[in-house]
Amino acid sequence: MSPQDAGESKPSPVRPSLFLERQSYRRRRLADAARLLPFLGAALFALPLLWPDSSDGTKALPLSSAIFYIFACWGALILVNVVFGFAARRMSVGENAEPEAETWRR
Amino acid sequence: MATLNVLILVCLGYVVLLFGVAFVADRLAASGGGKWLRSPLIYTLSLSIYCTAWTFYGAVGNAARSGLEFVTIYLGPTLVMVSWWWGLRKLVRIGRSQRVTSIADLISSRYGKSNTLAICVTTLAVLGGTPYIALQLQSITLSFSIFAEADPAGLYREGSSVFWVAAGLAVFAILFGTRNLDVNERHHGVVTAIALESVVKLFALLAVGFFVVWGIAGGLGPTLDRIDASKIGQWQVDAGRWTTLVFLSAAAFVCLPRMFQVMVVENDDESHLRTASWAFPLYLLLMSLFVVPIAVVGLDLLPEGSNPDLFVLTVPLSQGNEWLAMLSFIGGFSSATSMVIVTAMALSTMVSNHVVMPIWLNTQEGTGSVSGDVRTIVLLARRVSIAAIMALGYFYYRLSGGGAALASIGLVAFAGISQILPALVGGLFWRGATRTGALVGLSVGFALWIYTMLLPDMGGGIIPNSVIEYGPFGWGWLRPQALFGIEGMDPLVHSVLWSLSLNTIAFCVASMLSFPSPLERLQGAQFVNVFDHSTALRGWTGSVAQSEDLMIMTQRILGTIPAQEFFQAEAERQNGRRGRLPEPTPGFLERLERELSGSVGAATAHAMIGQIVGGASVSVEDLLAVADESAQLLEYSSQLEAKSAELSRTARQLREANTKLTQVSMQKDAFLSQVSHELRTPMTSIRAFSEIMRDTDGLSAAEQKRYAAIIHDEALRLTRLLDDLLDLSVLESGQVNLNMGDGTLRAMLDRAVSSALAGGERPLSVRRVRSSERIQLHTDLDRLGQVFINLISNAQKYCDAAEPILTISAHDVGGQVVIDFIDNGSGIPPEAQSMVFEKFSRVGSDKAGGAGLGLAICREIMQRLGGEVTYLPGQGGAAFRVSLPLAYRQAAQ
Amino acid sequence: MSRKVLLIEDEPNISEAIRFLLTREGWQVDTHAEGTDAVKVILAARPDLVILDVMLPGKSGMDVLRDLREHDEMTKLPVLMLTARGQSRDREMAEQAGVSRFMTKPFSNTEVLTAVRDLHAQASRS
Repeated sequence: MSPQDAGESKPSPVRPSLFLERQSYRRRRLADAARLLPFLGAALFALPLLWPDSSDGTKALPLSSAIFYIFACWGALILVNVVFGFAARRMSVGENAEPEAETWRR
Repeated sequence: MATLNVLILVCLGYVVLLFGVAFVADRLAASGGGKWLRSPLIYTLSLSIYCTAWTFYGAVGNAARSGLEFVTIYLGPTLVMVSWWWGLRKLVRIGRSQRVTSIADLISSRYGKSNTLAICVTTLAVLGGTPYIALQLQSITLSFSIFAEADPAGLYREGSSVFWVAAGLAVFAILFGTRNLDVNERHHGVVTAIALESVVKLFALLAVGFFVVWGIAGGLGPTLDRIDASKIGQWQVDAGRWTTLVFLSAAAFVCLPRMFQVMVVENDDESHLRTASWAFPLYLLLMSLFVVPIAVVGLDLLPEGSNPDLFVLTVPLSQGNEWLAMLSFIGGFSSATSMVIVTAMALSTMVSNHVVMPIWLNTQEGTGSVSGDVRTIVLLARRVSIAAIMALGYFYYRLSGGGAALASIGLVAFAGISQILPALVGGLFWRGATRTGALVGLSVGFALWIYTMLLPDMGGGIIPNSVIEYGPFGWGWLRPQALFGIEGMDPLVHSVLWSLSLNTIAFCVASMLSFPSPLERLQGAQFVNVFDHSTALRGWTGSVAQSEDLMIMTQRILGTIPAQEFFQAEAERQNGRRGRLPEPTPGFLERLERELSGSVGAATAHAMIGQIVGGASVSVEDLLAVADESAQLLEYSSQLEAKSAELSRTARQLREANTKLTQVSMQKDAFLSQVSHELRTPMTSIRAFSEIMRDTDGLSAAEQKRYAAIIHDEALRLTRLLDDLLDLSVLESGQVNLNMGDGTLRAMLDRAVSSALAGGERPLSVRRVRSSERIQLHTDLDRLGQVFINLISNAQKYCDAAEPILTISAHDVGGQVVIDFIDNGSGIPPEAQSMVFEKFSRVGSDKAGGAGLGLAICREIMQRLGGEVTYLPGQGGAAFRVSLPLAYRQAAQ
Repeated sequence: MSRKVLLIEDEPNISEAIRFLLTREGWQVDTHAEGTDAVKVILAARPDLVILDVMLPGKSGMDVLRDLREHDEMTKLPVLMLTARGQSRDREMAEQAGVSRFMTKPFSNTEVLTAVRDLHAQASRS
């Protein structure tokens, strides 16, 4: 863990174990990623708007390439969400061991 | 070739199968078994009612017309699912913690349980849902017509078939959705049947896709070549439509009543969202995977002018693959039926809960308690609502002529239902959102949607063409499809842009300008900070929501802290730990009632709890109004209480003052009595002896002399007493003038000793340490000397040693001059030591002259001089200490 | 038989004055100067009359009188009480305690002599 990472969690009189700190830190970053993901997706799906189309006389992109791009992005987004979903579950399982802990509370 | 009869038989068989599945699932759920019924998979599959017949047929049609644009309808929901973490999760959590039964209920609940708002949303949902249902009717009718065309014996008439389809779907929905009335509005059977339908439609579409790609086009590569070679084979999308559609589909995905039903109301476990967040986008991806190939192949194979919306059916049919066509038909039928069932269920719930029931309850007002017959009323209301909604769909279909492309009808519905979005998102994330804001926003959006989209779209002469072209009354800037003179936009983009943006602006501005009611603010806080207020509950416990209502009411009556304390204690009693709301068990309700009856009276408390727990004809708001009134009463009574407390405080002060006065008066009496005694005693002697001398003849000269001496002594004693009294009264009143001067301690003691010992009959030797007495004093020398004389003559009078010795020593202790007078007598007994400085106190029986004022005077003098005189116990004899602060002392130079 | 009076008074000058007066009237005067032993002294001396001061060291004259009246043979003994405080409350208390005559200091000699004579006469008659 880097010094900056250590600074992320509040210093407390009773210092929790290094492992837990790391986990809660990871959890927070994971939640950040989860928040960013839809924006990434929106950006990816908005990108085709910049492609040349047949209206302005230039050679338009073939539809098959467009399909490839869209579905590849789509699949990637799903994959990332799978990973995130499992990570979230692992974290929340770990957290349920702590009494009264709110799952993934900000 | 399949005949229509076969088709109808297949449909009926399929419906029976669905019923069977629903029935078994309900039984399983009721018996507590069938864990898989509540699995994330079922949840994900149930979400796929998003894909209706519009998707099943219309996506291919859309692709055949505008290329990849169809995919936006799936990208929007994908983005929503991807953002489940901060979006849907919150929605689901709120839905569960507030026991929300529909989107209208959610909106109304958020904005202070406003039924006006609920009616608004319900109307919007019904109006938005109507084109959508018409869409399903159209798709089924069209698919029938395809088979009918191929059936030479068919007696197919479109008009009647639409009617029968609508009627059949209505019966189907009524049988499915309102078989029983579940308090939690959850239907395991229906959800399971829908999950099955999702599998069927996905399987059907994939089957057609595989057939097209590998059966007709000859593999993946050739298919791609065909795609690029087709008339839609180039990237060509309208940027405005693309963006709008992604946004619109995302908004509709959240706002559609049927989506809300399966996503929030039917949700068993919040963690299912985690799986659905990737599984549902995957489902959508699979659904759209073969859309473009089917469209392209259909365009290639089928004659010009065939309806691309039916390519999914007509392509297999044209290849003679009847079984595949039948499968595809069932897929489309699945899509339509599942959508209709859930929509009808959701809408009928909203209509019956927010429109019919309030009206019915109003008409029933005054007939006393509402008993079990509400259930039959509710069921009837829902059944009628479903029939009415289906009828609306049917008429919309007939009015719109059934000619419009499927996709465009769907988009009309999407745009309509999306008007809820600002109020919904604002309600979830912005505490400042108010009921007024939501109402104004919704109305603006709703009106604009109707004007710019629904009416022009319906055609049929509802809006004259002149209005569309030139605007109402010829006002060009009000043309429905070119509002404010902005022309040339796609009608959809135009309508969505205006309605949603003005909706949002109106919502925000009205929210900021209005002030929310307390209930709204409470609900707002609970919604926006739902993660702070609730835990992730496993399983839906409707009763907990009752607990929340009870909690809100109790807070109003008892105050926040006591109410929370009471509920926490109850939770601890029930679960062994605090932190969540207690179940409203009979025992708890009884205790709560008792607690409340302490504040509002037993009858009111009973009525209030009865209303909340017994499901009620009185709204929570009414109860809160009652609670407010009680709170005012309480406040008033506590004011009275405060006043009476003040009164008793005043009375106590008066009593205290009186006691003090009595004490002072008693002290005065005692003092006067003492003075009287001290004066009368010498006067008695004087009078007695003077009378003796006057009246007695023949007194000897010695006797005469002796008696005269007694009279003289007693007269002196009187004088002394009067002097002392005067002295004391001056000292005590504080009117004494100190005559400050300088002198050494040694000189003062010299004077005091000689004047005290002069004239004393008893011998007293005084021992002094003269070297320690070289202390310069700045004080009232006469007064201090008076103290010294008093102490020395006391020793002289009372020291009972055979050879009385008084030791006088001076010290410098802790910055003070301390002079001790210690004799060698038996001293003052401990019980008398505390009294020795009181007026008229005398030790022992010795009557040696004093009236007992000497030491009292000494104490007063020393207080005036800023020092003190104290008795020193345990010195062997009587020991007095005189101390003066150092500030009065200057070291002898 | 000589008449005997017991004078219980702590002021020596007052004692002397009364002794002078009563001796000349033919009384045998015994004195006692404090309250603690007063009852014992009275019981031992068997006087015909007691003159009792209220403010006595050790025990107040009121208490002495009260205790004295506890003894059966002393219920009729004439007691002349003298007080220097002169409050009406004292008179009431003294009457409750069973005083025969109550006088406030300073008194005239004639008053004392008259009182002593009256009390003695009453006692002898009964």
